[in-house]
Amino acid sequence: MSLKDSSEAVFSESPGKIALRNLRKDKRSIIALSILGFIVGISFSAPLYAHFVAHTNPFQSTLDATISIHGEQKAVLEPSTTGLGLGVTPIGPTWNLGKYFLGADGQGRDVMARLLYGGRSTLLIGTTAGLLCIFLSLLIGIIAGYRRGWVDAVLSRLLDIIWAFPVYLLAISLSVVLLTSGLTIGFIHVGPGSFALPIFIIGIVYIPYVARPIRAQVLALREREFVRAAVGTGAKSSTIILREILPNIMPSVLVFIPIIVSLSMLTESALSFLSIGVQPPAASWGTIINEGLGLLYTRPIVGIAPGLMIVLTAAALNLYGDAVRDALDPKTRARGD
Amino acid sequence: MRRKSVIFNSLIGAAALLTSVLVGTSTSQAVADGPLAAYDAAHAGGTLTLVAQAAAGTLDPKVNYTGQYWQIFQATYDGLLSFSYGTGKTTFKVVPDLAEALPALSNGGKTLTFKLRKGIKFSDGKPVTVNDVKASFERIFKVSSPTAGSFYNGIVGATACLAKPATCKLDKGVVVDAAKNTVVINLVAADEAINSKLAVPHAVINPASAPSKDAGTTIIPTTGAYMIKSYNPNKSLILVRNPNFKEWSHDAQPQAYPDEIDYKFGVTPTAQVTAVENNQANWAYDPIPSDRLNEIGTKYAAQVHVNPLTAMWYLPFNVNLAPFNNLKARQAVSYAIDRAAMVKIFGGSQLAAPVCSFLPPNFPGHVDYCGYTKGATPAKPAKAWGAPDLALAKKLVKESGTAGQAVGIVVSDDDVNKQMGVYLQSVLNSIGYKATVKPISGNIQFTYIQNTKNKVQISVTQWYQDYPAASDFLDVLLGCASFTPNSDSSINMAGYCNKALDAKMAKAKALGVTDAVAANKMWGAIDQEVMADAPVAVAFTPKQLDFISSQTKNYIFSYQYKMFVSQLQVK
Repeated sequence: MSLKDSSEAVFSESPGKIALRNLRKDKRSIIALSILGFIVGISFSAPLYAHFVAHTNPFQSTLDATISIHGEQKAVLEPSTTGLGLGVTPIGPTWNLGKYFLGADGQGRDVMARLLYGGRSTLLIGTTAGLLCIFLSLLIGIIAGYRRGWVDAVLSRLLDIIWAFPVYLLAISLSVVLLTSGLTIGFIHVGPGSFALPIFIIGIVYIPYVARPIRAQVLALREREFVRAAVGTGAKSSTIILREILPNIMPSVLVFIPIIVSLSMLTESALSFLSIGVQPPAASWGTIINEGLGLLYTRPIVGIAPGLMIVLTAAALNLYGDAVRDALDPKTRARGD
Repeated sequence: MRRKSVIFNSLIGAAALLTSVLVGTSTSQAVADGPLAAYDAAHAGGTLTLVAQAAAGTLDPKVNYTGQYWQIFQATYDGLLSFSYGTGKTTFKVVPDLAEALPALSNGGKTLTFKLRKGIKFSDGKPVTVNDVKASFERIFKVSSPTAGSFYNGIVGATACLAKPATCKLDKGVVVDAAKNTVVINLVAADEAINSKLAVPHAVINPASAPSKDAGTTIIPTTGAYMIKSYNPNKSLILVRNPNFKEWSHDAQPQAYPDEIDYKFGVTPTAQVTAVENNQANWAYDPIPSDRLNEIGTKYAAQVHVNPLTAMWYLPFNVNLAPFNNLKARQAVSYAIDRAAMVKIFGGSQLAAPVCSFLPPNFPGHVDYCGYTKGATPAKPAKAWGAPDLALAKKLVKESGTAGQAVGIVVSDDDVNKQMGVYLQSVLNSIGYKATVKPISGNIQFTYIQNTKNKVQISVTQWYQDYPAASDFLDVLLGCASFTPNSDSSINMAGYCNKALDAKMAKAKALGVTDAVAANKMWGAIDQEVMADAPVAVAFTPKQLDFISSQTKNYIFSYQYKMFVSQLQVK
């Protein structure tokens, strides 16, 4: 290919395509996506694992269950037979996929099956809450930045109010209130055990973190020549927003997505750990860590396994976020990073 | 008595029934009944360190209603009478304390005459006088002591004091004679339990100058072996020897061993265990976390003391609210719960045993029976609980027409109670309900589940006896008089009121004055009748576990106040 052909090829490619190409080449992105793909894959196969492999119902207490290990029948919750015979200890990891691979929790439930179900809940809530947050932030940021004036003042003060609360304090307060009796808006009622509640709560508390930078970007874009030219030609606001503003803030939004999803997932885990997120008998990684807290001395794997899953997922999402940022940032590309 | 905290009951007929209590009770440290050993000055001294997750609120002995501080008050404050120091059943005995002897009864048991001991001083150096005694009884009403209306409402003038506490005067109810050093207590009617009522901390003698409201963290001078040096509910309670204390009764208030007691707060249960293991603390107050039980039971077995309790963990159903306003629904849950599984959650068979009857084993009136076990019915009960009957439970739910209904289970937010809640949720879901667990702070759960305004359908709670009498369980927890709608003080959480059974309970109480054996038989029959109605599902009876450090000696268990703190030796 001649130099001319090459430069034409570069200029004819859209920024999106360039970013995608860069992402495909980026080892961080490949590693992060592989990890995420694996975690999402096994988490969403939880019902299959529970039904066909472990043959267990991870939401049913089975305190009197027994299993056969090497031909020996053992209680899933083993009463102590040494010393004064105090205490009952759940069975530890058998490392046999069909029989309590990671052992049992205090209710005699299969930890592995709950871990996979827990991943499903955490990923579902984290991703949905993250996307809800991004969507609402985009809406608020664009309206405030584009409209300016009193609309901006009102929306910015609203964001300031949410911003003024420490994130976890706000999330905990909302959870405690909403989880007691659920949420009722008109004829819509969301029950206390519904996933919609943590999604809603987490989706709300992170809005200022995304909406404020978006608003700032829109305010700056609003003064750029191409936007002013569009205004000058009499284009509708909606057209200007969709065609001129939105494409220019999308790189930032795309960078925000993995970060906010990761933060939402961590917040969900924290709330569930505090018993104000996912409600029993449903599982999330946070609830399993909470259950494992009482077994830290005897069966630490119950708390460690979901902790590791959270670390892996959050690290993978952040790594992917970095890769996306670099792929979308023309300055980074220009520096040859 | 509620676990660890609230002591609620009236004290009726304790002495007459003492001998029947604890007979056949299993314990890892069976102790003979007897007096306290003579004081051994060689072991006096040192600092005893106690650790707990939280303080127990006000330090006012007339207001505080927790087992945690009643244990401490025994070594700091004195009443005219007190429960005896000693071993085994002796600890239920009422003995003279600030009074020279048990009261002389006259006027058909309505007048009690005490003679106050001379030479006893408060920790601030002022002598204890009969005027302090009178003021202390008036103070019960002025500070609105939790038992003012139940324990002391029989004192002449109490009715007016209950109506207008601030201006309470018991001029006719508590008559004192400074010259003779006597105190005469006049009752409206004879009360067979008055001695026991005068022996609990709410009846201790404070200086007449003590505040007329809850003292909170303000320190009130003491008469006992210790005085309070400082109290910060967020940090610690420090007790030091009372410089004005001289032992006047080895049974009532013996000389203490440690020079100082440091009660530290803010230590998590697991950190408490570690601190005791490392000799950084002498005793852990809170229940031992389940994952440390095996460890202390094997590595530190010599430091573990397990003692029987006449108590129960149970599930009150709200009999006035769906779905448990339906007898079949209540019976279904009673059949469905696996009591052995609940024992496992509590810590295993060494720390608890499954039961079905309302009166605990080895308790006056207790009959070995279980109407809610596989193969039995309330009409044809088995001798003991054997296994749950899920098939019958599902059938009963179906027949009741309550299948598919939502049920909220209110539990305390500590680990064991939450696990109980999750287990119960699983059981309720498996028999056809849509159950949710509602863990709430242990500080409010007990009162929350009592109030009908909160519409609690089912909860998990405990009841620990103060003294051995069937009325302490059946009458207090399921009597019509104990149910007060819309009140936080409605200990009949089930809201159960059966007038016919109430009349039978009144008859049994009256019979108890003259014929304890016949009365107990009657209580046993009432127990079975009540449980046929299933206003509650009894789960198991627990034991008390105390874990002390290797450097701590002379552990003595009191059935009344649990471990004697002042008798522990650290030197």
